[in-house]
Amino acid sequence: MTLARRIVTLLGLPVVLVATWWFLSAGSTDFYRPSLQRIVTAFQQTWFSERLVVDVLPSVARLAVGYLIALVIGIALGMMIGANRWLRALCEPVLEFLRAIPPPVLVPIIMLVAGIGNTTKVIVIVSGCVWPVLLNTVEGVRGVDEVLADTCRSYRITGLNRWRHLVLRSASPQIVTGARQGLSVGIILMVISELFAASSGLGFTIVQFQRGFQIPEMWSGVLVLGLIGVVLAQLFTIAERRILAWYHGIRSSQREW
Amino acid sequence: MSRALWGLAGLAIFAALGEALPRLGLISPLYAPPLSRILSLLGDQVQQPRFWTATVDTLKTWALGLLIAVVAGVVLGVAIGAVPVLRAATASTIEFLRPIPSVALIPLVSLLYGATITSTLVLVVYASFWQVLVQVLHGVADVDPVAHDTARAYRLGRWARVRYLFWPTALPYAVTGVRLAASVALILAITGELLIGSPGLGREIGNAQDSGAVPQMYALVIVTGLIGLAANLFARMAERRVLAWHPAIRGEVPV
Amino acid sequence: MLEVQGLRKVYDGHGRRVEAIADLTFTVGGGEFACVVGPSGCGKTTLLRCIAGLLPPTSGQVRVAGEPIAVVFQEYGRSLFPWLRVAQNVELPLKAAKMPRAQRQRQVDEALAAVGLADAHDAYPWQLSGGMQQRVAIARAIAYGPSVLLMDEPFAAVDAQTRADLEDLIRSVWQRLGVTLLFVTHDIDESVYLGQRVIVLSSAPTRVVENIVIDLPGERDQLTTRADPRFAELRARIYAHIKKLPSQRAEHGSTHDLSR
Repeated sequence: MTLARRIVTLLGLPVVLVATWWFLSAGSTDFYRPSLQRIVTAFQQTWFSERLVVDVLPSVARLAVGYLIALVIGIALGMMIGANRWLRALCEPVLEFLRAIPPPVLVPIIMLVAGIGNTTKVIVIVSGCVWPVLLNTVEGVRGVDEVLADTCRSYRITGLNRWRHLVLRSASPQIVTGARQGLSVGIILMVISELFAASSGLGFTIVQFQRGFQIPEMWSGVLVLGLIGVVLAQLFTIAERRILAWYHGIRSSQREW
Repeated sequence: MSRALWGLAGLAIFAALGEALPRLGLISPLYAPPLSRILSLLGDQVQQPRFWTATVDTLKTWALGLLIAVVAGVVLGVAIGAVPVLRAATASTIEFLRPIPSVALIPLVSLLYGATITSTLVLVVYASFWQVLVQVLHGVADVDPVAHDTARAYRLGRWARVRYLFWPTALPYAVTGVRLAASVALILAITGELLIGSPGLGREIGNAQDSGAVPQMYALVIVTGLIGLAANLFARMAERRVLAWHPAIRGEVPV
Repeated sequence: MLEVQGLRKVYDGHGRRVEAIADLTFTVGGGEFACVVGPSGCGKTTLLRCIAGLLPPTSGQVRVAGEPIAVVFQEYGRSLFPWLRVAQNVELPLKAAKMPRAQRQRQVDEALAAVGLADAHDAYPWQLSGGMQQRVAIARAIAYGPSVLLMDEPFAAVDAQTRADLEDLIRSVWQRLGVTLLFVTHDIDESVYLGQRVIVLSSAPTRVVENIVIDLPGERDQLTTRADPRFAELRARIYAHIKKLPSQRAEHGSTHDLSR
């Protein structure tokens, strides 16, 4: 494919969609559906300001902290539970139940226990992200290849080496799947944790705009959230390509045969 | 058998902790009432019509949203996936729209539609639609190139190709997509009710929180967990039933 | 040296008892190359796993003089770590044994050179052909510096030409290292070609049927050795044993009629 064609397939549809929105909404008099031009103007005024530091960065920082904690807890517990048959049997129904609780309904409970500070918001994010990571890790650890496990035993690869080189790596495709699901849950909870009794943050700001009927500003906030989601998904994909290079390599080499 | 016993033991330990920790004062009973109190309150709840109205509202929103998302996801997925040009042209747009968190729409829909079921429905459809679409697209892409060449060599028309080539290959993926969508849809239904205030269990939890009725809040949270659990089990059973004939029950695509 | 005495293995599970190995006793001398052949499903793999310490025997014992033991598995595709490069695969057991880095490096280089993969250090295993993957597994075993090397039908899944190459490779490795080598195979020709001695096993429940010394010259060659009349004689003798045996598969746990 030539470069020009590649650019057209990559950007063609997005450009058409944005242009359509721009022209259809131009001169809109509907109070709730302002023109794209006004939204873009509001976007610049609203977000290229100290708001970026005061509202956006703290939100993203809380997400990062909560997400990382969830990864560590989820992978550590998941490896323990997955490697131990009776522990797995013991925990499975409880985990299934806990996972099935929609994370946002835990927000009122966590607020009750931990107040309304940063801690609560981070705990909310952890409480939602941890389940997909944990359960996928358990599945991944369960699927360790027997021959590979035998190889480790016969070559005396034990203890920490075994966890690092056999269990963690075997489970990594599934862990990555869980981590990806966890990330999208995390973004959702980042916003939701700021909708309850907060005084700053991205979610809080957007709801303030909504309540104050600052409609173009609110729309621009929705765009910011969308952009954060897209950027984080891209970062995740880059990380995944590095971590799972071997896995994608196997899959594509199998396809060739 | 022993596996099930272990599982029951696990649940028993979990329940015992839920009872003992508040009673022993390790967790303040103000924050976490003992399980027996929560359960007895739950017993009262289920005798009230209000509880059942809320449950039915939640289930309705969930089922309707899921249905719309599945139909749209499957139809668009097969249509886009079967036409290479469409597929290439939409790839970047899908990659861009998919990660947009559904809650970003909450302020928008509550402005546009107020505290109604429609608001929540938009969230539910938006969030679960992508799950189905992406799995179906992966499924269609998984069509065996040899089978594809065979179909072309025998000059199967576009419809016949969709019917006999794309659809059977994509079905296992689609079913997986539906299973994932089912749990996402339930989460979004209850979240929408909690945050937007449309009728359902989520709103009841919000009300319980506002009036400081802690045990009731816990009781409702447990109910949402049980519904989620039932939905997961049902979806997995259905998945196994639908795919029982399939030569290789495929795993989830790590997307 | 490797000594197996009164080894017995019974699988007990799901309400069924399957006697995989009835009673095995044999010795492999230090530095000897012994092959184990038997009909398929005769518990060869069970025997090997018991010797390697991967499976506890029901009774009897395995004594190994000198450490360590290295194992080469049949499933080369599954016994290499797909997320490690070739050199890292060979290095990992040495790392786990806390060998200093410089020595590790040297042993890895030597082992890979010995199997003819000196320029494949940085490849991933799945980028190599089946035969090359098995060479990596052999290099890993060599680098480990074992006094006993166990091989479980290592060439059963490669094509004929590759197989002949790998057979000669393993002969030369054995001659150079002087390890005690126990080679399990279901291929009679392969066992005669490779070993100094062939231990013929019965079908399950397994016993030793015969212990045949292979008195072919030490220098072997795919063409001349296989054309040797003595080769044909030995081959025929083993074949006669195996053909006499009832060909039942142990996995199915059927009844065994050993009265014949």
